[in-house]
Amino acid sequence: MPISPQEILETIRMIRMEHLDIRTVTMGISLLDVKGDSIEALAENIYKKITERAKNLRDTVEEVSSKYDIPIANTRITVTPIALIARAKEDDDLFPIAQALDRAGKDLRIDYIGGFGALVHKGCTPCDIALMNSIPGALAKLDRVCSSVNVASTKNGINMEAILLMAEKIKETAELSAERDSVACAKLVVYCNAPEDNPFMAGGFHGVGEGESAINVAISGPGTVRSALSKLKDASFNELTEEIKRTAFKITRVGELVGREISAKLGVPFGIVDLSLAPTPEEGDSIADILQAMGLEECGAPGSLAAIALLTDAVKKGGLFASSSVGGMSGTFIPLSEDAGMARAAERGSLTLDKLQAMTAVCSVGLDMVAIPGDTPVETIAGIIADEMAIGMMNNKTVGVRIIPAIGKKAGEWVDFGGLLGKAPILPVSSFRSDAFVRRKGRIQAPITSFTN
Amino acid sequence: MERAVVTVIGKDRVGIVANISSILATHNVNILDISQTIMQDLFAMIMLVDISQADVDLSTLRSEIEAKAKEMGLQAIVQHENIFNYMHRI
Repeated sequence: MPISPQEILETIRMIRMEHLDIRTVTMGISLLDVKGDSIEALAENIYKKITERAKNLRDTVEEVSSKYDIPIANTRITVTPIALIARAKEDDDLFPIAQALDRAGKDLRIDYIGGFGALVHKGCTPCDIALMNSIPGALAKLDRVCSSVNVASTKNGINMEAILLMAEKIKETAELSAERDSVACAKLVVYCNAPEDNPFMAGGFHGVGEGESAINVAISGPGTVRSALSKLKDASFNELTEEIKRTAFKITRVGELVGREISAKLGVPFGIVDLSLAPTPEEGDSIADILQAMGLEECGAPGSLAAIALLTDAVKKGGLFASSSVGGMSGTFIPLSEDAGMARAAERGSLTLDKLQAMTAVCSVGLDMVAIPGDTPVETIAGIIADEMAIGMMNNKTVGVRIIPAIGKKAGEWVDFGGLLGKAPILPVSSFRSDAFVRRKGRIQAPITSFTN
Repeated sequence: MERAVVTVIGKDRVGIVANISSILATHNVNILDISQTIMQDLFAMIMLVDISQADVDLSTLRSEIEAKAKEMGLQAIVQHENIFNYMHRI
Protein backbone atom coordinates (compact mmCIF):
# COMPACT_ATOMS: atom_id res chain seq x y z
CA MET A 1 0.00 0.00 0.00
CA PRO A 2 1.50 3.36 -0.97
CA ILE A 3 2.20 5.86 1.77
CA SER A 4 -0.55 8.48 1.98
CA PRO A 5 0.04 12.26 2.09
CA GLN A 6 -1.44 12.26 5.60
CA GLU A 7 1.15 9.75 6.78
CA ILE A 8 3.96 11.76 5.21
CA LEU A 9 2.73 14.93 6.88
CA GLU A 10 2.32 13.14 10.20
CA THR A 11 5.98 12.15 10.10
CA ILE A 12 7.05 15.67 9.17
CA ARG A 13 4.88 17.16 11.90
CA MET A 14 6.38 14.82 14.50
CA ILE A 15 9.92 15.75 13.48
CA ARG A 16 9.56 19.45 12.75
CA MET A 17 6.92 20.53 15.27
CA GLU A 18 6.90 17.97 18.07
CA HIS A 19 10.65 17.47 18.61
CA LEU A 20 10.78 13.82 17.56
CA ASP A 21 14.47 13.06 17.26
CA ILE A 22 17.09 10.48 17.88
CA ARG A 23 18.58 11.44 21.22
CA THR A 24 21.80 9.60 20.58
CA VAL A 25 23.60 7.11 18.43
CA THR A 26 26.10 5.43 20.73
CA MET A 27 28.89 3.13 19.63
CA GLY A 28 29.99 0.65 22.26
CA ILE A 29 33.62 -0.43 22.09
CA SER A 30 35.21 -3.22 24.13
CA LEU A 31 38.55 -2.37 25.74
CA LEU A 32 39.03 -5.80 27.31
CA ASP A 33 41.95 -6.54 24.96
CA VAL A 34 43.79 -3.25 25.57
CA LYS A 35 46.97 -3.44 27.63
CA GLY A 36 49.83 -1.17 28.65
CA ASP A 37 52.95 -1.38 30.84
CA SER A 38 52.01 1.79 32.66
CA ILE A 39 48.86 3.85 33.10
CA GLU A 40 50.18 6.30 30.51
CA ALA A 41 50.90 3.53 27.99
CA LEU A 42 47.49 2.00 28.61
CA ALA A 43 45.87 5.41 28.09
CA GLU A 44 47.64 5.82 24.75
CA ASN A 45 46.54 2.35 23.58
CA ILE A 46 42.96 3.08 24.61
CA TYR A 47 43.08 6.29 22.58
CA LYS A 48 44.38 4.38 19.56
CA LYS A 49 41.74 1.67 19.72
CA ILE A 50 38.80 4.06 20.12
CA THR A 51 39.91 6.45 17.38
CA GLU A 52 40.49 3.57 14.97
CA ARG A 53 37.16 1.83 15.68
CA ALA A 54 35.02 4.95 15.59
CA LYS A 55 36.83 6.96 12.92
CA ASN A 56 33.78 7.07 10.59
CA LEU A 57 31.12 7.31 13.31
CA ARG A 58 30.40 11.03 13.22
CA ASP A 59 30.30 11.31 9.41
CA THR A 60 27.99 8.31 9.13
CA VAL A 61 25.63 9.69 11.77
CA GLU A 62 25.43 13.02 9.92
CA GLU A 63 24.82 11.28 6.60
CA VAL A 64 21.92 9.17 7.92
CA SER A 65 20.44 12.12 9.82
CA SER A 66 20.29 14.11 6.59
CA LYS A 67 18.96 11.21 4.49
CA TYR A 68 15.78 10.98 6.59
CA ASP A 69 15.60 14.58 7.83
CA ILE A 70 15.68 13.20 11.37
CA PRO A 71 17.77 15.17 13.88
CA ILE A 72 20.30 13.09 15.82
CA ALA A 73 21.02 15.19 18.89
CA ASN A 74 24.17 13.42 20.10
CA THR A 75 26.83 11.01 18.91
CA ARG A 76 28.44 9.10 21.76
CA ILE A 77 30.82 6.29 22.60
CA THR A 78 30.74 3.83 25.46
CA VAL A 79 33.66 1.67 26.56
CA THR A 80 34.29 -1.20 28.96
CA PRO A 81 34.29 0.10 32.56
CA ILE A 82 37.84 1.36 32.98
CA ALA A 83 38.25 -0.18 36.45
CA LEU A 84 38.12 -3.62 34.79
CA ILE A 85 41.14 -3.00 32.59
CA ALA A 86 43.32 -0.46 34.40
CA ARG A 87 45.14 -2.95 36.69
CA ALA A 88 45.88 -0.04 39.04
CA LYS A 89 46.84 0.08 42.71
CA GLU A 90 44.59 1.76 45.25
CA ASP A 91 46.47 5.07 45.33
CA ASP A 92 47.06 5.36 41.56
CA ASP A 93 45.57 8.33 39.75
CA LEU A 94 43.66 7.24 36.64
CA PHE A 95 43.33 10.76 35.26
CA PRO A 96 45.58 10.00 32.23
CA ILE A 97 43.04 7.40 31.08
CA ALA A 98 40.13 9.82 31.46
CA GLN A 99 42.19 12.36 29.52
CA ALA A 100 42.78 9.84 26.71
CA LEU A 101 39.03 9.14 26.52
CA ASP A 102 38.29 12.85 26.36
CA ARG A 103 40.93 13.43 23.66
CA ALA A 104 39.54 10.55 21.59
CA GLY A 105 36.05 12.03 21.92
CA LYS A 106 37.27 15.46 20.87
CA ASP A 107 39.20 14.15 17.86
CA LEU A 108 36.22 12.06 16.74
CA ARG A 109 33.84 15.06 17.16
CA ILE A 110 31.52 13.16 19.48
CA ASP A 111 29.54 14.62 22.37
CA TYR A 112 30.13 12.25 25.29
CA ILE A 113 32.20 9.18 26.07
CA GLY A 114 30.99 6.93 28.88
CA GLY A 115 32.65 4.14 30.78
CA PHE A 116 35.04 5.82 33.21
CA GLY A 117 33.42 3.60 35.80
CA ALA A 118 33.38 0.53 37.98
CA LEU A 119 31.12 -2.38 38.94
CA VAL A 120 31.29 -2.73 42.71
CA HIS A 121 27.90 -4.15 43.71
CA LYS A 122 29.53 -6.97 45.65
CA GLY A 123 32.88 -5.49 46.56
CA CYS A 124 35.71 -3.20 45.51
CA THR A 125 39.11 -4.14 44.09
CA PRO A 126 42.05 -1.76 44.65
CA CYS A 127 41.59 -0.66 41.04
CA ASP A 128 37.90 0.11 41.68
CA ILE A 129 38.93 2.33 44.60
CA ALA A 130 41.53 4.07 42.43
CA LEU A 131 38.91 4.70 39.78
CA MET A 132 36.33 6.11 42.17
CA ASN A 133 38.97 8.38 43.69
CA SER A 134 39.86 9.63 40.20
CA ILE A 135 36.27 10.54 39.26
CA PRO A 136 36.01 14.08 40.74
CA GLY A 137 39.17 15.34 39.03
CA ALA A 138 38.28 13.75 35.71
CA LEU A 139 34.73 15.07 35.59
CA ALA A 140 35.63 18.56 36.75
CA LYS A 141 38.52 19.02 34.31
CA LEU A 142 37.22 17.22 31.21
CA ASP A 143 34.15 17.98 29.10
CA ARG A 144 33.16 14.70 27.48
CA VAL A 145 33.95 11.94 29.95
CA CYS A 146 31.06 10.38 31.88
CA SER A 147 31.25 8.08 34.90
CA SER A 148 28.96 5.47 36.32
CA VAL A 149 29.45 3.14 39.26
CA ASN A 150 27.15 0.19 39.89
CA VAL A 151 26.87 -0.18 43.67
CA ALA A 152 23.89 -2.52 43.97
CA SER A 153 22.05 -5.32 42.23
CA THR A 154 19.05 -7.52 42.89
CA LYS A 155 21.28 -10.59 42.83
CA ASN A 156 24.02 -9.23 45.10
CA GLY A 157 22.49 -6.65 47.39
CA ILE A 158 23.65 -3.11 48.15
CA ASN A 159 27.31 -2.26 48.76
CA MET A 160 26.79 0.37 51.46
CA GLU A 161 30.51 1.15 51.81
CA ALA A 162 30.68 1.95 48.09
CA ILE A 163 27.62 4.19 48.45
CA LEU A 164 29.28 6.21 51.20
CA LEU A 165 32.45 6.54 49.12
CA MET A 166 30.43 7.62 46.08
CA ALA A 167 28.50 10.15 48.15
CA GLU A 168 31.88 11.66 49.12
CA LYS A 169 32.97 11.66 45.47
CA ILE A 170 29.74 13.37 44.40
CA LYS A 171 30.39 16.10 46.97
CA GLU A 172 34.01 16.49 45.83
CA THR A 173 32.93 16.63 42.19
CA ALA A 174 30.41 19.33 43.09
CA GLU A 175 33.04 21.35 44.92
CA LEU A 176 35.50 21.16 42.02
CA SER A 177 32.90 22.63 39.65
CA ALA A 178 31.27 24.97 42.20
CA GLU A 179 31.62 28.03 39.98
CA ARG A 180 29.46 26.35 37.29
CA ASP A 181 26.54 25.28 39.55
CA SER A 182 28.43 22.01 40.25
CA VAL A 183 27.58 20.82 36.74
CA ALA A 184 30.31 18.13 36.72
CA CYS A 185 27.95 15.99 38.84
CA ALA A 186 25.65 15.78 35.79
CA LYS A 187 28.23 13.38 34.32
CA LEU A 188 28.09 10.92 37.21
CA VAL A 189 25.54 8.16 37.90
CA VAL A 190 25.37 5.73 40.82
CA TYR A 191 23.48 2.61 39.75
CA CYS A 192 21.55 -0.43 40.84
CA ASN A 193 21.17 -3.13 38.16
CA ALA A 194 23.04 -1.11 35.51
CA PRO A 195 22.21 -2.17 31.93
CA GLU A 196 25.20 -3.20 29.82
CA ASP A 197 23.95 -1.70 26.55
CA ASN A 198 22.63 1.69 27.63
CA PRO A 199 23.17 4.42 25.01
CA PHE A 200 22.15 7.23 27.38
CA MET A 201 24.58 9.30 29.42
CA ALA A 202 25.89 9.73 31.96
CA GLY A 203 25.30 6.05 32.75
CA GLY A 204 26.34 4.46 29.47
CA PHE A 205 29.13 1.86 29.38
CA HIS A 206 29.96 -1.14 27.19
CA GLY A 207 29.22 -4.14 29.39
CA VAL A 208 31.53 -7.11 29.84
CA GLY A 209 28.97 -9.44 28.25
CA GLU A 210 28.93 -7.37 25.09
CA GLY A 211 30.83 -8.14 21.88
CA GLU A 212 33.70 -6.21 20.35
CA SER A 213 31.50 -3.29 19.36
CA ALA A 214 27.85 -2.37 18.82
CA ILE A 215 25.63 0.48 17.67
CA ASN A 216 22.96 1.40 20.23
CA VAL A 217 20.30 4.00 19.56
CA ALA A 218 18.08 6.03 21.88
CA ILE A 219 14.97 7.82 20.76
CA SER A 220 13.28 10.85 22.24
CA GLY A 221 9.66 11.70 21.71
CA PRO A 222 7.72 13.07 24.71
CA GLY A 223 6.49 15.96 22.51
CA THR A 224 4.82 13.57 20.07
CA VAL A 225 3.13 11.61 22.88
CA ARG A 226 1.89 14.80 24.53
CA SER A 227 0.54 16.07 21.23
CA ALA A 228 -1.27 12.78 20.54
CA LEU A 229 -2.81 12.71 24.04
CA SER A 230 -3.86 16.36 24.00
CA LYS A 231 -6.42 15.44 21.33
CA LEU A 232 -8.00 12.84 23.64
CA LYS A 233 -9.63 14.95 26.33
CA ASP A 234 -12.48 12.62 27.27
CA ALA A 235 -10.89 9.34 26.29
CA SER A 236 -10.87 6.30 28.57
CA PHE A 237 -7.66 4.91 30.08
CA ASN A 238 -7.76 2.17 27.51
CA GLU A 239 -7.90 4.71 24.68
CA LEU A 240 -5.00 6.65 26.22
CA THR A 241 -2.95 3.46 26.38
CA GLU A 242 -3.70 2.55 22.78
CA GLU A 243 -2.73 6.02 21.54
CA ILE A 244 0.57 5.93 23.48
CA LYS A 245 1.30 2.47 22.06
CA ARG A 246 0.69 3.65 18.50
CA THR A 247 2.92 6.68 18.97
CA ALA A 248 5.66 4.68 20.70
CA PHE A 249 5.60 2.20 17.84
CA LYS A 250 6.22 4.94 15.24
CA ILE A 251 8.95 6.62 17.28
CA THR A 252 10.73 3.33 17.90
CA ARG A 253 10.60 2.40 14.22
CA VAL A 254 12.61 5.53 13.45
CA GLY A 255 15.23 4.41 15.98
CA GLU A 256 15.30 0.95 14.45
CA LEU A 257 15.73 2.34 10.93
CA VAL A 258 18.51 4.74 11.91
CA GLY A 259 20.31 2.15 14.05
CA ARG A 260 20.22 -0.56 11.39
CA GLU A 261 21.40 1.78 8.67
CA ILE A 262 24.31 3.21 10.67
CA SER A 263 25.27 -0.27 11.79
CA ALA A 264 25.31 -1.55 8.19
CA LYS A 265 27.31 1.41 6.91
CA LEU A 266 29.94 1.05 9.64
CA GLY A 267 30.03 -2.75 9.53
CA VAL A 268 29.37 -2.82 13.28
CA PRO A 269 26.65 -5.09 14.73
CA PHE A 270 23.38 -3.42 15.65
CA GLY A 271 22.90 -3.58 19.40
CA ILE A 272 19.63 -2.20 20.71
CA VAL A 273 17.06 0.56 20.50
CA ASP A 274 16.44 2.13 23.88
CA LEU A 275 12.81 3.17 23.70
CA SER A 276 12.84 5.48 26.68
CA LEU A 277 10.81 8.65 26.53
CA ALA A 278 13.59 11.16 27.18
CA PRO A 279 12.48 14.77 27.61
CA THR A 280 14.43 17.88 26.64
CA PRO A 281 14.16 21.42 28.02
CA GLU A 282 12.36 22.43 24.79
CA GLU A 283 8.81 23.73 25.30
CA GLY A 284 6.35 20.82 25.14
CA ASP A 285 8.96 18.04 25.01
CA SER A 286 8.13 17.13 28.57
CA ILE A 287 6.94 14.17 30.64
CA ALA A 288 5.27 16.58 33.07
CA ASP A 289 3.25 17.98 30.17
CA ILE A 290 2.15 14.44 29.23
CA LEU A 291 0.78 14.01 32.78
CA GLN A 292 -1.07 17.31 32.35
CA ALA A 293 -2.47 16.11 29.01
CA MET A 294 -3.75 13.03 30.88
CA GLY A 295 -5.69 15.30 33.23
CA LEU A 296 -3.47 16.08 36.22
CA GLU A 297 -3.25 19.75 37.18
CA GLU A 298 0.50 19.42 37.60
CA CYS A 299 3.14 16.71 37.70
CA GLY A 300 3.39 15.50 41.30
CA ALA A 301 -0.36 15.77 42.00
CA PRO A 302 -2.00 12.66 43.45
CA GLY A 303 -2.38 10.22 40.58
CA SER A 304 1.10 10.97 39.17
CA LEU A 305 2.45 7.49 39.90
CA ALA A 306 -0.55 5.87 38.28
CA ALA A 307 -0.16 8.11 35.23
CA ILE A 308 3.57 7.38 34.92
CA ALA A 309 2.91 3.66 35.32
CA LEU A 310 0.35 3.75 32.51
CA LEU A 311 2.68 5.78 30.31
CA THR A 312 5.79 3.64 30.89
CA ASP A 313 3.98 0.39 30.32
CA ALA A 314 2.25 1.60 27.15
CA VAL A 315 5.53 2.91 25.73
CA LYS A 316 7.12 -0.50 26.30
CA LYS A 317 4.21 -2.38 24.75
CA GLY A 318 4.23 -0.20 21.62
CA GLY A 319 7.99 -0.09 21.37
CA LEU A 320 8.69 -3.78 21.84
CA PHE A 321 6.57 -4.59 18.82
CA ALA A 322 8.47 -2.04 16.72
CA SER A 323 12.01 -3.29 17.17
CA SER A 324 13.74 -6.64 17.02
CA SER A 325 16.13 -5.69 19.81
CA VAL A 326 15.06 -3.44 22.63
CA GLY A 327 17.42 -2.79 25.53
CA GLY A 328 19.11 -0.15 27.65
CA MET A 329 16.77 1.61 30.05
CA SER A 330 13.57 1.54 28.00
CA GLY A 331 11.13 3.32 30.26
CA THR A 332 10.21 6.89 31.06
CA PHE A 333 12.81 9.41 32.13
CA ILE A 334 11.97 12.05 34.69
CA PRO A 335 15.16 14.13 34.90
CA LEU A 336 14.19 17.21 36.83
CA SER A 337 16.34 19.85 35.16
CA GLU A 338 16.16 18.38 31.65
CA ASP A 339 12.37 18.61 31.60
CA ALA A 340 11.06 22.18 31.70
CA GLY A 341 7.65 20.93 32.89
CA MET A 342 9.17 18.98 35.78
CA ALA A 343 11.20 22.03 36.82
CA ARG A 344 8.00 24.10 36.69
CA ALA A 345 6.21 21.52 38.87
CA ALA A 346 9.04 21.68 41.42
CA GLU A 347 8.87 25.46 41.51
CA ARG A 348 5.09 25.38 42.01
CA GLY A 349 5.59 23.04 44.97
CA SER A 350 3.69 20.19 43.37
CA LEU A 351 6.77 18.02 42.95
CA THR A 352 8.94 17.30 46.00
CA LEU A 353 12.02 15.09 46.35
CA ASP A 354 9.94 12.44 48.13
CA LYS A 355 7.25 12.41 45.41
CA LEU A 356 9.92 12.28 42.73
CA GLN A 357 11.57 9.33 44.46
CA ALA A 358 8.22 7.57 44.70
CA MET A 359 7.71 8.09 40.96
CA THR A 360 11.04 6.37 40.27
CA ALA A 361 9.51 3.12 41.55
CA VAL A 362 7.26 2.93 38.49
CA CYS A 363 9.49 4.33 35.75
CA SER A 364 13.12 4.42 34.81
CA VAL A 365 15.61 5.75 35.64
CA GLY A 366 15.86 6.87 39.20
CA LEU A 367 16.56 10.22 40.78
CA ASP A 368 17.91 12.05 37.79
CA MET A 369 19.35 15.54 37.46
CA VAL A 370 18.10 16.62 40.86
CA ALA A 371 19.84 19.60 42.42
CA ILE A 372 19.96 19.70 46.22
CA PRO A 373 21.43 22.31 48.61
CA GLY A 374 25.24 22.49 48.48
CA ASP A 375 25.56 22.05 52.25
CA THR A 376 23.75 18.68 52.26
CA PRO A 377 25.88 16.33 54.40
CA VAL A 378 27.66 13.43 52.68
CA GLU A 379 25.77 10.99 54.91
CA THR A 380 22.43 12.41 53.79
CA ILE A 381 23.46 12.02 50.14
CA ALA A 382 24.44 8.43 50.94
CA GLY A 383 21.03 7.88 52.55
CA ILE A 384 19.22 9.21 49.49
CA ILE A 385 21.30 6.94 47.24
CA ALA A 386 20.69 3.92 49.50
CA ASP A 387 16.92 4.49 49.38
CA GLU A 388 16.98 4.65 45.59
CA MET A 389 19.15 1.53 45.34
CA ALA A 390 16.65 -0.27 47.59
CA ILE A 391 13.83 0.62 45.17
CA GLY A 392 15.86 -0.88 42.32
CA MET A 393 17.00 -3.96 44.22
CA MET A 394 13.59 -4.91 45.61
CA ASN A 395 11.75 -4.28 42.34
CA ASN A 396 14.34 -5.97 40.14
CA LYS A 397 14.76 -2.87 38.02
CA THR A 398 17.44 -0.43 36.94
CA VAL A 399 17.68 2.79 38.90
CA GLY A 400 20.34 5.45 39.02
CA VAL A 401 21.06 8.51 41.10
CA ARG A 402 22.38 11.60 39.38
CA ILE A 403 22.24 14.20 42.08
CA ILE A 404 23.87 17.61 42.14
CA PRO A 405 24.71 19.27 45.47
CA ALA A 406 24.86 22.87 44.18
CA ILE A 407 27.73 24.31 46.19
CA GLY A 408 26.96 27.75 47.64
CA LYS A 409 23.24 27.54 46.84
CA LYS A 410 20.16 26.88 48.97
CA ALA A 411 16.78 25.23 48.44
CA GLY A 412 14.52 27.29 46.16
CA GLU A 413 17.39 28.93 44.27
CA TRP A 414 17.86 27.84 40.65
CA VAL A 415 20.72 26.06 38.93
CA ASP A 416 21.24 26.48 35.18
CA PHE A 417 23.41 23.86 33.45
CA GLY A 418 22.70 25.00 29.89
CA GLY A 419 21.79 23.03 26.76
CA LEU A 420 20.13 19.63 27.09
CA LEU A 421 20.97 19.53 30.82
CA GLY A 422 18.50 22.36 31.44
CA LYS A 423 17.72 24.24 34.65
CA ALA A 424 15.76 23.59 37.82
CA PRO A 425 15.03 24.85 41.32
CA ILE A 426 17.03 23.25 44.13
CA LEU A 427 14.86 20.83 46.11
CA PRO A 428 14.98 20.85 49.91
CA VAL A 429 16.17 17.62 51.58
CA SER A 430 15.23 16.18 54.95
CA SER A 431 17.23 17.65 57.84
CA PHE A 432 16.97 14.40 59.85
CA ARG A 433 20.32 12.60 59.90
CA SER A 434 21.27 9.16 58.57
CA ASP A 435 24.92 9.13 59.73
CA ALA A 436 24.97 6.14 62.06
CA PHE A 437 23.11 4.00 59.53
CA VAL A 438 25.12 4.78 56.38
CA ARG A 439 28.47 4.54 58.22
CA ARG A 440 27.98 0.86 59.08
CA LYS A 441 30.32 -1.52 57.23
CA GLY A 442 29.43 -4.11 54.63
CA ARG A 443 26.51 -4.88 52.42
CA ILE A 444 22.75 -5.06 52.61
CA GLN A 445 21.94 -8.62 51.57
CA ALA A 446 20.14 -9.49 48.37
CA PRO A 447 16.37 -9.91 48.80
CA ILE A 448 14.84 -13.36 49.07
CA THR A 449 13.01 -12.75 45.78
CA SER A 450 16.39 -12.83 44.00
CA PHE A 451 16.87 -16.51 44.79
CA THR A 452 15.06 -17.78 41.76
CA ASN A 453 17.34 -20.66 40.76
CA MET B 1 14.21 1.59 -7.57
CA GLU B 2 15.33 4.04 -4.91
CA ARG B 3 12.76 6.65 -4.02
CA ALA B 4 12.59 9.86 -2.04
CA VAL B 5 9.75 12.10 -0.92
CA VAL B 6 9.92 15.85 -1.55
CA THR B 7 7.51 17.88 0.58
CA VAL B 8 7.07 21.63 0.13
CA ILE B 9 5.13 23.47 2.82
CA GLY B 10 4.02 27.11 2.92
CA LYS B 11 1.60 29.56 1.34
CA ASP B 12 0.31 28.44 -2.04
CA ARG B 13 1.62 30.47 -4.98
CA VAL B 14 2.31 30.29 -8.70
CA GLY B 15 5.31 28.22 -9.80
CA ILE B 16 5.92 25.83 -6.91
CA VAL B 17 5.58 22.65 -8.98
CA ALA B 18 7.36 24.22 -11.97
CA ASN B 19 10.36 25.40 -9.97
CA ILE B 20 10.85 22.15 -8.04
CA SER B 21 10.24 19.98 -11.12
CA SER B 22 12.86 21.84 -13.10
CA ILE B 23 15.54 21.04 -10.48
CA LEU B 24 14.46 17.38 -10.51
CA ALA B 25 14.58 17.27 -14.33
CA THR B 26 18.04 18.85 -14.41
CA HIS B 27 19.34 15.99 -12.26
CA ASN B 28 17.49 13.20 -14.07
CA VAL B 29 15.08 12.56 -11.20
CA ASN B 30 11.72 11.19 -12.36
CA ILE B 31 8.49 12.26 -10.64
CA LEU B 32 6.38 9.16 -9.88
CA ASP B 33 3.48 10.76 -8.06
CA ILE B 34 2.43 14.21 -6.98
CA SER B 35 -0.28 15.39 -4.60
CA GLN B 36 -1.40 18.50 -2.78
CA THR B 37 -3.06 18.82 0.58
CA ILE B 38 -3.60 21.23 3.46
CA MET B 39 -1.68 20.81 6.71
CA GLN B 40 -2.79 23.02 9.59
CA ASP B 41 -3.84 25.87 7.22
CA LEU B 42 -0.66 25.55 5.19
CA PHE B 43 -0.39 24.28 1.66
CA ALA B 44 1.63 21.10 1.24
CA MET B 45 2.84 19.71 -2.07
CA ILE B 46 4.21 16.16 -1.92
CA MET B 47 6.19 14.47 -4.68
CA LEU B 48 7.36 10.86 -4.79
CA VAL B 49 10.48 10.75 -6.95
CA ASP B 50 12.82 8.10 -8.33
CA ILE B 51 16.41 8.95 -7.43
CA SER B 52 18.06 5.78 -8.73
CA GLN B 53 19.17 7.46 -12.01
CA ALA B 54 20.00 10.84 -10.42
CA ASP B 55 23.32 12.45 -11.40
CA VAL B 56 23.83 13.87 -7.88
CA ASP B 57 23.53 12.38 -4.40
CA LEU B 58 20.53 12.93 -2.15
CA SER B 59 22.19 15.59 -0.02
CA THR B 60 23.13 17.75 -3.05
CA LEU B 61 19.61 17.41 -4.43
CA ARG B 62 18.25 18.36 -1.01
CA SER B 63 20.35 21.54 -0.75
CA GLU B 64 19.28 22.72 -4.22
CA ILE B 65 15.59 22.10 -3.54
CA GLU B 66 15.78 23.69 -0.08
CA ALA B 67 17.47 26.77 -1.54
CA LYS B 68 14.85 27.14 -4.29
CA ALA B 69 11.98 26.72 -1.81
CA LYS B 70 13.52 29.32 0.46
CA GLU B 71 13.68 31.78 -2.45
CA MET B 72 9.94 31.31 -2.86
CA GLY B 73 9.32 31.79 0.88
CA LEU B 74 8.57 28.09 1.39
CA GLN B 75 10.03 25.20 3.33
CA ALA B 76 11.17 22.03 1.55
CA ILE B 77 11.90 18.66 3.15
CA VAL B 78 13.58 15.86 1.19
CA GLN B 79 13.58 12.41 2.78
CA HIS B 80 14.42 8.91 1.66
CA GLU B 81 11.10 7.01 1.53
CA ASN B 82 12.25 4.30 3.96
CA ILE B 83 11.39 6.46 6.96
CA PHE B 84 7.71 6.44 5.97
CA ASN B 85 7.71 2.71 5.26
CA TYR B 86 9.28 2.04 8.64
CA MET B 87 6.91 4.30 10.59
CA HIS B 88 3.62 3.56 8.90
CA ARG B 89 3.86 -0.02 7.60
CA ILE B 90 4.49 -3.28 9.43
